[in-house]
Amino acid sequence: MEILKVENLKKYFPVQKSFIEVLFSKELEFIRAVDRINFSVEEGEILSLVGESGCGKTTVGRMLVGLEEPTDGKIIFKNKDLTSLRGEERRAMHRYLQIIFQDPYASLNPKMKIGDHLMDPLLIHGIASNNEAKKMAIEMLERVGLVPAEQFFNRLPYQLSGGQRQRVAIARAMVLKPEFVVADEPVSMIDVSLRAAILNLLLSFKEEYRLSMLFITHDLSVARLVGDRIAVMYLGKIVEIGGVDEVIHEPKHPYTAALLSAVPSFEKRDLRIDIKGDVANPRSPPPGCRYHPRCPFARRECREIEPDLVGDTHKVACHYPLEIRVD
Amino acid sequence: MKGIGDTMEVKNLATRIFRPIIPEAEGRNMVIAGLIIVIVILLMAILADLIAPYNPTKLAGRPLSPPSLENPMGTDNLGRDILSRVIHGSRIVLVVVFSAAIVSMSIGVPIGLISGYFGGKLDRAISMIMDSMYAFPSLILAIAIAAVLGPSVVNAVVAISVVYVPTYFRMVRGQTLSLKSRLFVEAARAAGAGNTRIMSRYIFPNLVTTAIVVFSLSIADAILTEAGLSFLGFIVTAPTPDWGFDLSSGRPYLPSGYWWMITFPGFMVMLLALGFALIGEGLSEVYAPGRER
Repeated sequence: MEILKVENLKKYFPVQKSFIEVLFSKELEFIRAVDRINFSVEEGEILSLVGESGCGKTTVGRMLVGLEEPTDGKIIFKNKDLTSLRGEERRAMHRYLQIIFQDPYASLNPKMKIGDHLMDPLLIHGIASNNEAKKMAIEMLERVGLVPAEQFFNRLPYQLSGGQRQRVAIARAMVLKPEFVVADEPVSMIDVSLRAAILNLLLSFKEEYRLSMLFITHDLSVARLVGDRIAVMYLGKIVEIGGVDEVIHEPKHPYTAALLSAVPSFEKRDLRIDIKGDVANPRSPPPGCRYHPRCPFARRECREIEPDLVGDTHKVACHYPLEIRVD
Repeated sequence: MKGIGDTMEVKNLATRIFRPIIPEAEGRNMVIAGLIIVIVILLMAILADLIAPYNPTKLAGRPLSPPSLENPMGTDNLGRDILSRVIHGSRIVLVVVFSAAIVSMSIGVPIGLISGYFGGKLDRAISMIMDSMYAFPSLILAIAIAAVLGPSVVNAVVAISVVYVPTYFRMVRGQTLSLKSRLFVEAARAAGAGNTRIMSRYIFPNLVTTAIVVFSLSIADAILTEAGLSFLGFIVTAPTPDWGFDLSSGRPYLPSGYWWMITFPGFMVMLLALGFALIGEGLSEVYAPGRER
């Protein structure tokens, strides 16, 4: 059963223009952060969303939890279209849909005790009374490994390390027992030596709560480790989506293959695809396939016709998909 | 040598008292110096009846006699003891500036918070009103309001509090604008928190230190405004002692060489303003951005 389905989701940010530009009435420009994407997540499944900086992956996550209003499209969660809900109704859905941010130094209120960070969500949704919430918060602190929990409960964020703060951020998201969590690069700002521990903590909730997750990352090796499926994003579009093994071992899109060949490895590899140049400007994405200016295999068709995301379980948006096997 | 030992002792005592209140940081000594000045003047105001050698409104010696053992700061044109008038004169200025600062803070802070948080047309309208008030020199605006309301202590409080509302508003609004886009506020929103909760639990506590700094700096400024209003006769009438008022009664005698009538009240105005300015500047260094506690 799919718990989340995204249909033609779109987010265009209007470009702030200077006074001179307004004076000469240039037409409104948009940054196409997310451009008509489709995907779904099954119950108890982790979908890794991979892409380089600026490809729109964080914007997707922010739209799912209601921090960003989609320009167009539908987000269907538990058979309800979130984009049609407003005010209280929309806020009530936060109980089931949580987010873990990238930066553990900025995501906690410097003036609030750790314990209050965990109690607040429970009180907001009226799940527990003050005393019950306190008990649940302490249990959750223990669960994420912040012991002695009573001591951590009364501490302020500045007294904690980055890894401990991220444990608090995870605890805050999990204390509501959500059904879906957006994890936005949860380990990219954590010390390398602690990453595995934080990831394992996150994954332990998957088993316990039958949690579904959108795991956003720029690191293919992490995406592969964590995810059941992988979606690759490029310039606001999903270019390839499929099971971890399919995408990692039989990449069909040249961009995915290039990302894979960029992952450092000790072994000598036959596959070597370089990415030329820079990402195109999302204000005016290139016509046809958005990847064609950087693609070594681009032909005329690629420059003119935009490819659709097609396929059965392993979908790819490319006119000339690769047929290779990487081990 | 005994004198030096005494000051060391005073300093140690002061450090011991204030250590738990003020975090160890640069600017802390300024705060302590300011607090000492303000506390001494506060005690002087509270204990005025006990420590003043003479009744401040009664004859205490020959008129216009220079500082001497009997009258350490001399006497004024009516033969009243200036030291006693200086001691009693601290009461009105402290009452006026403290109540004015509290009133303008409790108006300026919530308005700034709401205006900055919600933004939009409401914010534009409020900002425009506040900016046009801020554009006036504070003393001129206070004089205008006090002139309309008529001379009295309460009206002086009203006039001065109106003048300083925009100061709180601007600081709080600016802080709110930057705080509301911080990640921890978004995290609260993602947890389902409503506007009231975000403002009271996530934004307001992060504004308190700014408000305290503005509070002491605006008091320092308000002391000068109060002295100005009092000088012009908008707060008290004779024979009530008040520093600003005594300045104006001593002014005609200055050209004839009777310097003590205005020197001592004027010095006290300066000292009290300095005390609050030191606290404000010191605190703004202690709570400098980046030191999030």
